[in-house]
Amino acid sequence: MEDALQLLSKYGDDAKVMAGGQSLIPLLKLRIASFPYVVNISGLKGLNQIVEKGDYLEIGSLTTISELEENDLVKEKYQALHEAAGLIADPLVRNMGTIGGNVSHGDPSNDIPAVIIALKAKLELAGLRGNRNVDADSFVTDSFTTVLEKGEILKRILIPIPGTNSGGCYIKHKKSAGDFSVAAVAVHLRLEDDERVKSAGIGLTSVAPKPLRAVRGESYLEGKKLTDSTVREAAKIVVSESNPSTDFYGSLEFKKKVLGRITEEAIHLSFERAMVR
Amino acid sequence: MSLVKIKTRINGKAIESEVEPRKLLVHFLREDLGLTGTHVGCDTSNCGACTVLINGRAVKSCTMLAVQADGNEITTIEGISRNGELHPLQKAFLEKHGLQCGYCTPGMLLTSLWLLKKNRNPSEEEIRKNLSGNLCRCTGYQSIVESIKYGAQLMKEKEEEQEMPVR
Repeated sequence: MEDALQLLSKYGDDAKVMAGGQSLIPLLKLRIASFPYVVNISGLKGLNQIVEKGDYLEIGSLTTISELEENDLVKEKYQALHEAAGLIADPLVRNMGTIGGNVSHGDPSNDIPAVIIALKAKLELAGLRGNRNVDADSFVTDSFTTVLEKGEILKRILIPIPGTNSGGCYIKHKKSAGDFSVAAVAVHLRLEDDERVKSAGIGLTSVAPKPLRAVRGESYLEGKKLTDSTVREAAKIVVSESNPSTDFYGSLEFKKKVLGRITEEAIHLSFERAMVR
Repeated sequence: MSLVKIKTRINGKAIESEVEPRKLLVHFLREDLGLTGTHVGCDTSNCGACTVLINGRAVKSCTMLAVQADGNEITTIEGISRNGELHPLQKAFLEKHGLQCGYCTPGMLLTSLWLLKKNRNPSEEEIRKNLSGNLCRCTGYQSIVESIKYGAQLMKEKEEEQEMPVR
């Protein structure tokens, strides 16, 4: 790690970190981006662990998407994360691509950021002057732009261990298998004993220049009992927070319509899952 | 550009080579080693014709640098037959017409071998999901799915045969 950080500091903007390379190599091949130096960190040891420690689930940034998808603990307790992992690209890409790369790339269409936003995760960044933590929802600042400074690497993702009566899901609407989404939403709910929403987390993919936290949708849900009409209203608020643009994946209006529908579905499903626990 | 030394194990054989750091794995396999069974299809990480196994896991060799393979075990389509005899999964593709033009076939076979290693008896849904990164423009996939099901059966039979005591 020390060596990688040294190289990154030394070459600054001339260097780019590569983990699995599943986003970076296509960009380099198409000459959309080029870097004199690519620093391959995939050989760093100890960064592919998934383990609950204290109050957090710790996921090393070099954990592949396949490892995430196949992990029993994630499958059982972090369903939104498990579902998102299984919907990223295709199985061959998931065998190489990493969770850290999916987040650090800063692509607003990448799926993991919305999930870790909904789960209120923290990101541990390593740098020569030591580590620092940032909240998942402030990590990506714009399209393909993150708070990572020169010479910093995303080291671990820390997800608060969900309390009792909580549940979540990830719903991704896509045009064809393996594609990016038209829109996607991650929801995580925690309920009071009387079934009112204690806390809500909502993260959105592909509907703004960056992965988005639907803050107003979250606070609308908190303290409420969920009925068809409150869920519909919450989805409407979430849609009003989004800012999609018309492109190959659909018109602005279409994306908002899709987002509204999958948000309703995701809140209902998360509620059901929180009740089962 | 200066060359980088890499050590790999390809189809069971230890290989030391010098490669340009920017060289893709698929070009290393095809051009440097002559293993042209690994195909370049779309060259944009969509079609899976270039699939190989790295330490048993199926990946796209067009979206990986040769230097990333350093220290790893690679299996290409040339490495799955034994003593001149086709692998049971290859036999199944032959018998069930799992190919027409054959361009996607090496990738289909290696992706399926990875699946069958994890799951000896996959359902049709599991087979189709697992193939979502491998495109075929000829067959419509039906005969590929059938080949894989039949291949799973042949592989099991072969295993049982080998486990039987020799008289």
